[in-house]
Amino acid sequence: MATLAQSTASHDAHDHDHEHHEEGFISKYIFSYDHKMIGKQFLITGIFWAIIGGLLSVIFRLQLGFPDLELHFLKPLLGGWIDESGKLDPEFYLALVTMHGTIMVFFVLTAGLSGTFSNFLIPLQIGARDMASGFMNMLSYWLFFVAGAIMFVSLFIETGPAAGGWVVYPPLSALEQAIPGSGLGMTLWLISMTFFIASSLLGGINYISTVINLRTKGMSFSRLPLTIWAFFLTAIIGLLSFPVLFAAALLLVFDRSFGTSFYLSDIYIAGEALPNTGGSPVLYQHLFWFLGHPEVYIVLLPALGITSEIIATNSRKPIFGYKAMIISMLGITILSFVVWAHHMFVSGLNPFLGSIFMFLTLIIAIPSAVKVFNYLTTLWRGNLIFTPGMLFSIGLVSFFISGGLTGIFLGNSAIDIQLHDTYFVVAHFHLVMGSASFFGLVAGVYHWFPKMFGRMMDNRLGYIHFWLTFVGVYLVFFPMHYIGIAGFPRRYYSWTGFEFSNMYEDLNMFVSAAAIVTFAAQFIFLFNFFYSMYRGRKANQNPWRSTTLEWTTPVLPGHGNWPGEIPTVYRWPYDYSKPGAKEDFIMQTVPLSATPESNLPHEQELVKLEKEIMAEEQEVLVANEAKS
Amino acid sequence: MATVSTSVPGVSSKRGVWGGGNEPLKASYGKLMMWFFLLSDIFTFAAFLVAYVAIRVSFPAYAGPDDVFVGSNEYWPVPEMVFDAFPFFHGVHLPLVFVGLMTFILIASSVTMVLAVEAGHRNDREDVVKWMLWTLLGGITFLACQAWEWSHFIHGSDGGSMITYVNNMGKVVTDTVFGANLVVNEYGPAAFAQLFFFITGFHGFHVTIGVVLLFLAFYQAAVGVYERRGHYEMVEKIGLYWHFVDLVWVFVFTFFYLI
Repeated sequence: MATLAQSTASHDAHDHDHEHHEEGFISKYIFSYDHKMIGKQFLITGIFWAIIGGLLSVIFRLQLGFPDLELHFLKPLLGGWIDESGKLDPEFYLALVTMHGTIMVFFVLTAGLSGTFSNFLIPLQIGARDMASGFMNMLSYWLFFVAGAIMFVSLFIETGPAAGGWVVYPPLSALEQAIPGSGLGMTLWLISMTFFIASSLLGGINYISTVINLRTKGMSFSRLPLTIWAFFLTAIIGLLSFPVLFAAALLLVFDRSFGTSFYLSDIYIAGEALPNTGGSPVLYQHLFWFLGHPEVYIVLLPALGITSEIIATNSRKPIFGYKAMIISMLGITILSFVVWAHHMFVSGLNPFLGSIFMFLTLIIAIPSAVKVFNYLTTLWRGNLIFTPGMLFSIGLVSFFISGGLTGIFLGNSAIDIQLHDTYFVVAHFHLVMGSASFFGLVAGVYHWFPKMFGRMMDNRLGYIHFWLTFVGVYLVFFPMHYIGIAGFPRRYYSWTGFEFSNMYEDLNMFVSAAAIVTFAAQFIFLFNFFYSMYRGRKANQNPWRSTTLEWTTPVLPGHGNWPGEIPTVYRWPYDYSKPGAKEDFIMQTVPLSATPESNLPHEQELVKLEKEIMAEEQEVLVANEAKS
Repeated sequence: MATVSTSVPGVSSKRGVWGGGNEPLKASYGKLMMWFFLLSDIFTFAAFLVAYVAIRVSFPAYAGPDDVFVGSNEYWPVPEMVFDAFPFFHGVHLPLVFVGLMTFILIASSVTMVLAVEAGHRNDREDVVKWMLWTLLGGITFLACQAWEWSHFIHGSDGGSMITYVNNMGKVVTDTVFGANLVVNEYGPAAFAQLFFFITGFHGFHVTIGVVLLFLAFYQAAVGVYERRGHYEMVEKIGLYWHFVDLVWVFVFTFFYLI
């Protein structure tokens, strides 16, 4: 007896040591192995990049909306890029657009979204103490950091950052003589992206292995929250598509720096023939869009997963069509790899091939529509609680619908050829992918802020932030549809040279004004975020009365997440408002045998099996205790 | 706490394979990670080989009889006529013999790798060390062979070929070209040598990484690190990588030398 007590005591002491192990500043905040800290690092870095990316767009919107405006006041920020007469340098305009795209797509909506929530939520929601490999997880963040640092430096070099568009098509991006941005700026872009791809690869294999191997007892795939399904599938998409971008970029590096001609052929610059023969710029487009299209879903799926979770919780209803949600996400995952050429309808693609890609593209409307209907039917007659997170989730659904509808137009090759290089496309993807994913990101921050920092964000500021942003986004992007149909080309520094475009001057001015207001509204969020981190109302353990495992941890979980044993899971994550139940939610950790009053017939049948499993595992536990 | 133990004691078998609390694929997270990394790497190589095919089919194939083949940048060369040299057999036409030998060595090193992994399962330190050493030697030999192959490719044949091309100064010149560089080569279009250097180089880079990993595993096995650890899983993980590198070579070989 004495030995038993002693060994238990030492065991406890060991556990104790484990959890309250005092970490130094560096290992706690900088080179942390803790998935929660790494998630927060991704979030803060993502926010930093979102501000930069947003600021760049405001600068080029000034040029588009107010072409006669004197921009002398930007001289302290932009220096030589504002010329003597106070005009924005046209080359720098291209760089601004390129950097806005690159930063938003990769640094904010890929790393900032997936990086934050996959890291933060996967171990907490599947019941694991940490990611499979904490070291690789740390490395993943720091590679992302290095990628960011290099990209940041490229903003300040003399020839400017890369300026060939975020897609960096050769030959424009391959030849230094083409534009100033294709010099050092482009080289830094490629180096930065290489680090970024390595970071996302390390992150991705970690997420996948963690979900497969580290689920707690009872957490089968059919009991996973939809967030985890979304992160899991996102990681798979990234794992299979980013290497192709890596291949495309490496071939481009060789064309730029070592004189090969994989993408170059028959080029004259300033009357001089280049020696390059035999390559094909369309080859680059195929390789790029093999990543580029799945990237859309890398950005969107995590946001959709977050939305599923928040809408179910705040409607106090089970998510409608849990299995349909999973199947449609799987469908989107698979289809995302076979539609890339719909970005290339104007590249001289064989029209027959175009019609095949058009057909495959339009099939994606089916799983997307399934998801939309499931969100709406989950909301239908729910006991809606309008938290800021909920509002942003509903906003996402709204953007997904209005942006998705124009996707049906653009998926048709015949219409796309008309609209491809106009603002119609800008309007489409900013709504369906840009704003929708951004809203998912913000919704996630509002919803899981209490888990991250142990405090609540301010609701009233959240509402103001939501309405300004929601209305602002529509005011910015909706007019772009009209501008685009009227034939406004995108990527142009100036459109005032064309007679037909003058009648839309006021609309462009309106868009720019709305963009500035929407951007300014984000500072309400920033204030709320940092203020609440220190001064916010203290959160309780389960502020949203949610069912998933992260709310069973202490308010501020330490490294290892649960102080004692990891909880076991007995049911799916959407038992809200179950008829017969005392509360309007039942946590995943409550056994079916404890809730006979609310069990459905098929669940009641499982009670016997559940009891057998519990008894068996209890036996082993007792036996182990006795042995030690 | 770098990693968390994946085996939870006392998980009932009634939960089923995918019921949580276990390793459903019977593989540790480290092995899973290696598998997923390799899956990702497949896509990198696939992209390169797709690029190869896309560029290659844009050139006409050589139509004449093989025995009068001359290099020209008007058509894609015949591999048997390009890769026909063997060390110490100067001037003898031995089509694909040397690359065949290289391939054999690499595949043999995969076999010894299997034996090392198998010895690891038996916790037989001596055997692991022995087979790791053979694998390591195979890898190094392959790299040495590739160095010779590249060097021969770069220096070229005795006669060279008359090629008309745009040189680095932007001038059209007709010249006797020996060997290969990234601008021009005596065998075929510039793209032929560019793709050869790029793709076999990228594969060679993978082999080099593999050799470094093999050496580390060999060393750790030899000094008993794995014996103290109680298992030889690291050998297994590196083995997965090594087999992959081998498999990729089979594809690279097929594309560059056979078709």
